[in-house]
Formats: sequence, structure tokens, C-alpha cells
Amino acid sequence: MEKNEKAKMRTQDPKVRAKNFKEVELGFTRTQALKEANRCLHCAVPKCVEGCPVNIAIPDFIEQIKLGNIEKAYEIISDSSSLAAICGRVCPQEKQCESKCVRGLKGEAIAIGSLERYVADEAIKNGFESLKKKRRNGKKVAIVGAGPSGLTCAGDLIKEGFEVTIYEVLHQAGGVLVYGIPEFRLPKDIVKKQVESLEKLGVKINLNVPIGNALTIDDLKKEYDAIYLGTGAGLPKFMGIEGENAQGVFSANEILTRINLMKAYKPDSKTPIKLGKRAYVIGGGNVAMDAVRSLRRLGVDAHILYRRSLDELPARKAEVNHAQEEGVKFNLLTNPVKILVDENNNVTGMEVVDMVLGEPGEDGRRSVTEKPGSNHVVDCDMVVMALGTGPNHAALKDSKVELSDRGLIVVNGTKTSDKKIFAGGDAVTGAATVILAMEAGKNAAKEIIESLS
Amino acid sequence: MYKVYENKQISPDSYLMEIEAPLSVKKALPGQFVIVMAKEDSERIPLTIYDYNSKDGILKVIYQVIGASTEELTYVKKELFSVAGPLGNANEICANPDKFMNKRICYVAGGVGIAPVYPQVKFLHRRGLKIDVIYGSRQANMLLIRDKIERVCNKIYYATDDGSFGTHGFVTDILEKNIHHYDIVVAIGPIPMMKAVAEVTKKYNKKCIVSMNPLMVDGSGMCGACRCEIEGKPKFACVDGPEFDGHKVNFDLAMKRMKIYKEEEAIKWEEMKKRLAKEKK
Repeated sequence: MEKNEKAKMRTQDPKVRAKNFKEVELGFTRTQALKEANRCLHCAVPKCVEGCPVNIAIPDFIEQIKLGNIEKAYEIISDSSSLAAICGRVCPQEKQCESKCVRGLKGEAIAIGSLERYVADEAIKNGFESLKKKRRNGKKVAIVGAGPSGLTCAGDLIKEGFEVTIYEVLHQAGGVLVYGIPEFRLPKDIVKKQVESLEKLGVKINLNVPIGNALTIDDLKKEYDAIYLGTGAGLPKFMGIEGENAQGVFSANEILTRINLMKAYKPDSKTPIKLGKRAYVIGGGNVAMDAVRSLRRLGVDAHILYRRSLDELPARKAEVNHAQEEGVKFNLLTNPVKILVDENNNVTGMEVVDMVLGEPGEDGRRSVTEKPGSNHVVDCDMVVMALGTGPNHAALKDSKVELSDRGLIVVNGTKTSDKKIFAGGDAVTGAATVILAMEAGKNAAKEIIESLS
Repeated sequence: MYKVYENKQISPDSYLMEIEAPLSVKKALPGQFVIVMAKEDSERIPLTIYDYNSKDGILKVIYQVIGASTEELTYVKKELFSVAGPLGNANEICANPDKFMNKRICYVAGGVGIAPVYPQVKFLHRRGLKIDVIYGSRQANMLLIRDKIERVCNKIYYATDDGSFGTHGFVTDILEKNIHHYDIVVAIGPIPMMKAVAEVTKKYNKKCIVSMNPLMVDGSGMCGACRCEIEGKPKFACVDGPEFDGHKVNFDLAMKRMKIYKEEEAIKWEEMKKRLAKEKK
């Protein structure tokens, strides 16, 4: 193998996987992992660590793979991340650690994400337990939301000896990891095992509890020394165009929740799903890719409709490639104008308009404008809105935590306007990525430890 | 797991279930709902809270068998896999009863809609408000919990579609005759009934509150399946409702949206019947 090329992970054949929900990427073999690890130059000043939101000591864990000491490698990763098997699968590494890799200057960066996944999967297989725990310090912390941010925060706090209780409104822990990201990208068994490893350390998880209604933030303040809000940004956005409430128009969250959380992809599922023959998923992020690839697997002629071009797609690159291989069609530089319906309010098509790219704006993204007179109709009987999600503050009912004009929780670091309450993840930033939510959970743990010691 | 104390049939198509769910009732207020799952692989079903006792942590719900998942519920004997609640917002009047002391209030219930009406009337009765109730259903044996509601309301009027009990006709016939006695009307029941009540109250310029019960998955503001059109804008019944101003709701759209999964649900119901018959053996 060329030193400039990264080892290619085995994947399920696109034709086969386009019809199942089994994991697409099969992980590195031992030989592949070893070969890939040996490409690492172990830089004296490792840039990759800077690129990692939780600053995993990347060259150090890769060094242990070279030595064949996977347990030690797992220990090193676990010092920075309690959810390695998940990060290895869903982080946008090409924008983070791998984008900084020196190898990338002349060829391909080290496949850091794949190596992380390899180590974490081995750890699960062999039952390594590298999460060390200090003596109980008598302090209690409540965490609202069992998503990636809350779980990370819980992992870091329990290791430091805090008593940690997570409150979750759904019947399963994991947040977006269980309701959003599909089985073929992140097997739910992996999530379950990572959650169980936290429970083994003593994290208590109370499911089915809507904070704000069953218990208020004030109730939690009486019982706990600190509270972390990792409530996410779950409220799906709609465009506000004509026909959006027709039968056949869904939020990506609804499709994904039915498929992932409620297992509607299985024929014997008790929760139904309504599938069209041809579906347009509006949006270009990871959620759009997850929705469109799920529909494709269920036999739908599944299209992405995105207003910018391929280069601007915000989704993880691997997901876009996988989607294309699986037969998802991409309608780029196109935007919906209105959804057409029949007399029973069923979707019959969609009027769309072509878009033209302009100069990059202040945020570095290229602007888009409608091309006059280019309106046309596409045939479809299903439209899925994957336009991002907004904050949902049902949990904050009756609390005085300060919110911004956009409805996001205002923080300094992770401190909110109430000194006992900390917040992070999508509830603070708006919809972002799993790893950024984890970074916030990690930072919150640090600040909670400081504030309580 | 949540312990089930009772799960009994109370009419040809309705059941009463008593569940131990302390956190769901500790702070519950009339108008809120819960989401239950019979088993780990079951559908999430939203049910409005019928009665509760926060001291002993008992939650009571009344449900009508309308499909696979409610059929499955009737087979529950000892425990439910999950109960999440309370969800949604409290009834506007119950959340602030002092503000409504001098108002003349009428509740209109249709079918199992009496289940969420009862705790509201009881709550207000205990705070000294006199509430009239108009209760309608298809036929006499589908009128539920009559003894309970009669104990907490001021006046009660009944209507049945077939005339087997009370007035032969619709609740709105009774409402329109008596509309001048009231300032506020709260309607909970099938969408066509709520739509009709909204029209009558609009005609006489009376405030109208309705409680929407659309399709729902998570019930916490995440999926948007429950969106209703309120003054032309989408609102989520789970976190923005379930109550809305009856004069602002697009009922025709709500009726159509109830039917989205009709075909799929019919298939699931058949599957469920077979599965339950098998399990029984």
C-alpha cells in the first residue's frame, strides 16, 4: 500500500445495503488498523489533537495500536471521551482531526476516525473497562437530556466522584443517537453498550421524565448541587410554504424517529410509516442524508433537493458518497416554492425553482439567488423537510434561565445566568454536530467540578 | 416498568386503566396528557389524564379501542413498559382559576372526550367554580362516568345521536339554546364536534377553547407529526397545546391529517389481532 493513501474500510456492497439497515461500514481488520497506524508520523507537535474538539491524545493512542496494545489505546481515548465507539462513527473527521494531519499535505490524512472506531469496537468485544473512577465526593449533579452532551458530561463527572442522575423524556437513553442517526450508520447496540458502561460506573438514568412538567428546574435545584442542561435542539423547522401541512409532508425527525426509535423499518414493527413512491428530502445536512438513505432502503425513489451545489453540502462527506453509491439522486441548486396537492390534500408534486450561486458571504458560505423564470414542477408524493431544528425549551418551563433572541440558552463558557445551572450542546449553539455537543458536555463537567470544589 | 392496578372495560369500546406512575401525577394539572407504551416494542400512545391522586401516585386514563395499539393495551394485565408525563400544557382555566371566578363556563364533551373534561370540572368545582357540562355520544351505553361527572358539575345536559338518552341530537343543539348563559366554552371530543362548537361560539362571539388530539410520536416537540394549523401557522399540539383558541384552528386540515396513516394502521390492526390471538394461546 502506498504511504500516501489511507487504508480503505470494508463496506457492504452498495446494491445489497441499499436494501437493508445493517451497518454500511464494517470497520478495520487488525491488519488494516496496524498498517494505517504505522502511517502515523507521531508528530512532536500533533496538529490533529488541536483539531479534535475533545483533544484526544491521538498520536499516543495510535502508537499503542502499533505496539498491539489495544487496551492501553482505549484507555488513552477514554481519558478524553466516554463515547469512543460513537465518535469513531459519526464525527466529521475530515473537518476536524484529519484536516490537520501532516500526512494530508502530500496525500491522504491518517484515518483517525476509523482507528478510533477500531479501538472502541475491540474494547466492547473484549470488555475493556478503562473508565477509572474516584471516590464519591458527596456532591450531586442532575443532567437534563440523555443525548451525546449529557452522556459525556455524566461520564466525566462520575469519574470524578460525583453522584450523577440523568433525566430523559423518551423511553430510551441516547437522544439523537437513538432517534436520529440510523442503524446503518450507528448500530443501536453500540449506543446501548456505551450507555450501559456509564450505568455500570454508577450513572443513574431516569427515563420518561419530562423536566419542566414532571419536575421543574427549581425542583432539581433543591435536590442537586448543580444542573446541566443538555436539552438539544429538537424542534423541527418548516419552510412556511404552501402545502406544507399536506398528507405526505413530514419532518425528517418524524421519519427518523419512526424508523430508528420505533423500528418502523422492520416489517413487524407496531409503529407504522407512510412511504411514498418518490420522495424529495429538502436539505443537505447529515439529517437529510440519514432520512434519504433510510427511505432508499425502504424502496422509495429517494431524492435530495438542495439549494446550493455539491461542494457546499454540509453533510459528512462519507455520507454523501454512500448516498450516491446507494442510488440516491441529488437535485442541486434547486429550491421548493410550493407543494402541490389533490382534493384530499395528498401530495402530487412540488413546484421548484433553480438557484444560482453567488459570492461567499460573511460566514464563508456562498450566497444563492433564484433564477427568474426557472420555476418548474417535479412529480412526487412525499416531501421530507430536513431544514434543521430549533431549540425546544419545554424543560425550562417556569425557570429564569436567560435566553437569546433566537431562543438559545445564553452562556459564558457553559455557565448560564443562574450559577447552579450549566448548559451546552445544541440548546446553546442551535443544531450542530454530535461531537460539538460532546465537547460542550466535557467543558461543562470541567466547570461544574471547578464550581463545586 | 409501571404497575397496572386495573384495566377494565367500561363501555362497548372504552377501557379504564389505573397505573402507578408517581412522577407523572405529582405535578399534573388538568388538561395534560401522558404517553404510554404497552411493551418495549409497542407504539407510543398519547392519552389524556382522566384522574389522578398525587398522594398515592395513581394515574387513571380512559382509552377507546381504535386500532392496533389500543387493542394491545386491552391485553395489559400487570404492567406497562413506559409512562411518560405529564406532557403538554395545563388547561388555561385550571392553570389560573382565580382569574375565571366570575366567568360563566360550559364544558362540551363528546364520547371519550369526557375523560379529559372530568378532571378539569372537578378541579374547578373544588375551587368554587360552577361549571355546566353538555355531554354527547352515539348512544346511551357509550356515555361514560356519568356518576362521577354529575357529582362535580353544576348542570348537566346529555345528547345522543340515536336518542337513547337525553336530547336526540347534537351537543351543539343544546349549546346554541343555552349559549347566552355562558362566557367561555371548552370543547373536547371528536374534531367535527369541536369544529361545530367553534362555529356556534363564533356566531355568538363567545371565547372557545378546544383540546386537539392529533397523531403524535414522541410527544415532546421533536417530530412535528402533531402539527396543527393555528391562524395559518404550524403549532405543535404536544408542546404548544394541546389546547388552542377554537376560533383559530384549521379543523378541516386536522381532520385530513388524522387519516394520514389510515391504510397502514388498518394493516397493523389486523396483524395485532393475529399476534394477540397467538399470544393468548
